[in-house]
Amino acid sequence: MVTMSYAEAGKQALADEMRRDPLVWAVGEDLGRGGVFGQYKGLVEEFGPDRISDAPISEAAIMGASVGAAMAGTRPVVEMRFADFALCAVDELVNQAAKARYMLGGQTKVPMVIREPMGMWRSSAAQHSQSLESWYTHIPGLTVAAPSTPADNFGLLKSAIRADDPVVYFEHKNLWGLEGEVDEAADPIPFGKARIEREGADITIVAWSAMVHFAREAVNTLAEEGISAELIDLRSLWPWDKDAVLASVGKTGRLIVTHESVSVGGFGAEIAATVSEALFGKLKAPVKRLAAPRIPISYAPPLEDEVRVSPARIAETARAMVSQ
Amino acid sequence: MNSPNTSAPARNVDVARHTDHHKLMHRIRAFETAALKANEEKLVLGAIHPSIGQEAIAAGVCANLRRDDYLLSTHRGHGHTLAKGANANQMMRELLGREGGNSQGKGGSMHIADFSVGMLGANGVVGANINIAAGAAHAIKLKGEDKVSLSIFGDGAINRGPFLEGLNWAKVFELPAVFVCEDNGFASTTRTDAMTAGPGPAARAESLGIPAVTVDGNDVVAVDEAARELVEAARSGGGPRFLVCKTYRLTGHTAADAAPYRPSAEVDEAWKNDPIARCAALLLGAGVSQDELSAHATDATAEMEAVYEDAKAAAWPAIDLAYADVQDIGDPREEANRW
Ligand SMILES: Cc1ncc(C[n+]2csc(CCOP(=O)(O)OP(=O)(O)O)c2C)c(N)n1
Repeated sequence: MVTMSYAEAGKQALADEMRRDPLVWAVGEDLGRGGVFGQYKGLVEEFGPDRISDAPISEAAIMGASVGAAMAGTRPVVEMRFADFALCAVDELVNQAAKARYMLGGQTKVPMVIREPMGMWRSSAAQHSQSLESWYTHIPGLTVAAPSTPADNFGLLKSAIRADDPVVYFEHKNLWGLEGEVDEAADPIPFGKARIEREGADITIVAWSAMVHFAREAVNTLAEEGISAELIDLRSLWPWDKDAVLASVGKTGRLIVTHESVSVGGFGAEIAATVSEALFGKLKAPVKRLAAPRIPISYAPPLEDEVRVSPARIAETARAMVSQ
Repeated sequence: MNSPNTSAPARNVDVARHTDHHKLMHRIRAFETAALKANEEKLVLGAIHPSIGQEAIAAGVCANLRRDDYLLSTHRGHGHTLAKGANANQMMRELLGREGGNSQGKGGSMHIADFSVGMLGANGVVGANINIAAGAAHAIKLKGEDKVSLSIFGDGAINRGPFLEGLNWAKVFELPAVFVCEDNGFASTTRTDAMTAGPGPAARAESLGIPAVTVDGNDVVAVDEAARELVEAARSGGGPRFLVCKTYRLTGHTAADAAPYRPSAEVDEAWKNDPIARCAALLLGAGVSQDELSAHATDATAEMEAVYEDAKAAAWPAIDLAYADVQDIGDPREEANRW
């Protein structure tokens, strides 16, 4: 076990995979200088500028060229800098990367990882703060992951790089500096396996990415009050661990899904619908979603905070549900 | 048809090579003629975009590609795909959405592809193949392979962002990429020049430092010669190259388009410049008999009629294929029949 930051864990995972497989390479703006968040720092010295490649500010080409490079036998790791900028490459991701294998009848696969730093990062405003993970869960062909800890970033990024299909990989900008224990010898973490962050009996809380940490604060508060909440970190959204969620809600009878992205059409809706379909008779309270209102993210801190789901709100909602 | 003596300036006619071009162009035309018939008979269900009148580009360009070179094409890609060496039976089955199609009937005409001959796909999104081709060239460079990646797109595609991004990419990384613009004057039902600023594709490529050549795209010899030079330059580490082929689309944009937006006199005039007839005239002048040239046409027609019959008789793809090749992880059937 080694203590490292979330950013270092991602870097370590990439470096390990690049040592293991010479066909893995990374490409994006400013990677030669370590990437805008330092998550590539030092890699160009080891792997050279062909494999830790700078790129023009051409998101469509970064994504589209990576599709071609993947079809032609390499395994690109694409850095989008901010999830918001990946929108300049939606055709390349959605119409090309995600569709090629199916549309071409299995003649090719498109092994590529699309790293999209996501989420609110103080006063970054509407074009540098979004959490758009639910969009990609809607697209057949894409795998979607959103790690919350250094260990998960290490293990999930390895899985993403080894996957033969495109993986949209959301790292949360507020987590780069988060430190945690990482077992560098651990196997990659498979997609679709949630992590039970905390076991509990009264209510289930499902979260992913940075929201796991807010939910944990809420769970601690609730514990002091004698409410036992089970916290599930989904880790990947497609595939998502239905079995873990259904087993947990089967036990607790209550569910809160919380995410940083907009509530409307968010992935919480999919989870809520799935649980309602499967466990209708066993629910002790209506399923609750706690997520952002459908407004863009503001610059001014008090306005930005309007979008955030706070630990206090999660705890308050849980309290009300348990006393029902 | 032009008389042999006036058909072409004195030039070295490589009879064997141009005979191959002539045969191939007839095969492409016969394939698309059969596809148009299939469309009329409602057996091709989606849109098809014929390349009738543009066959010299497919033939002349692809003659310079090796089997393992990469080719990426557009919605108007039947000719390119055949010229790269794809199997016509599989292609026609794909157009009819049948079992045994290149893509098992899941892609159709606009996504025609045959990876076994390096044809990495036509594309339903105008211009999208340019970045993908640049990326395939990037992989060639990273792996140190002796290959080129070539993409063909229309004059309309030069107004999409990927044209700038992909060309810039190929030049910045000095990739073994060749870009071929089929300038047929139209983008769908609009004359391209009405919607294009500046002097056009070659100038745009040159502005990025990519050497560009413009040829008469209905002269298969000119296309072949220009493509040979450009492909060899890219293959030998010279960086990307650009070829503009001036041509004319003799049919409508799709099989469903009667093209009322252009005068019939213009189309009649363009038929006089049919690339197949021009190639025939050249070969006739070089001593190839009219009988042999006619046989190329009848053989091609017979081949493609049989190809069409084969496709008509083929079964639909197995329903299970609807769920296959989405991605390795997860089973999409689970979502289809859950709870
Ligand atoms: C991004 C995108 N926009 C619009 C279309 C619809 N469309 C299909 S073909 C076409 C015209 C393309 O013209 P050009 O690139 O010159 O190729 P040509 O059809 O002449 O071969 C258009 C507008 C599309 N397929 N993709």
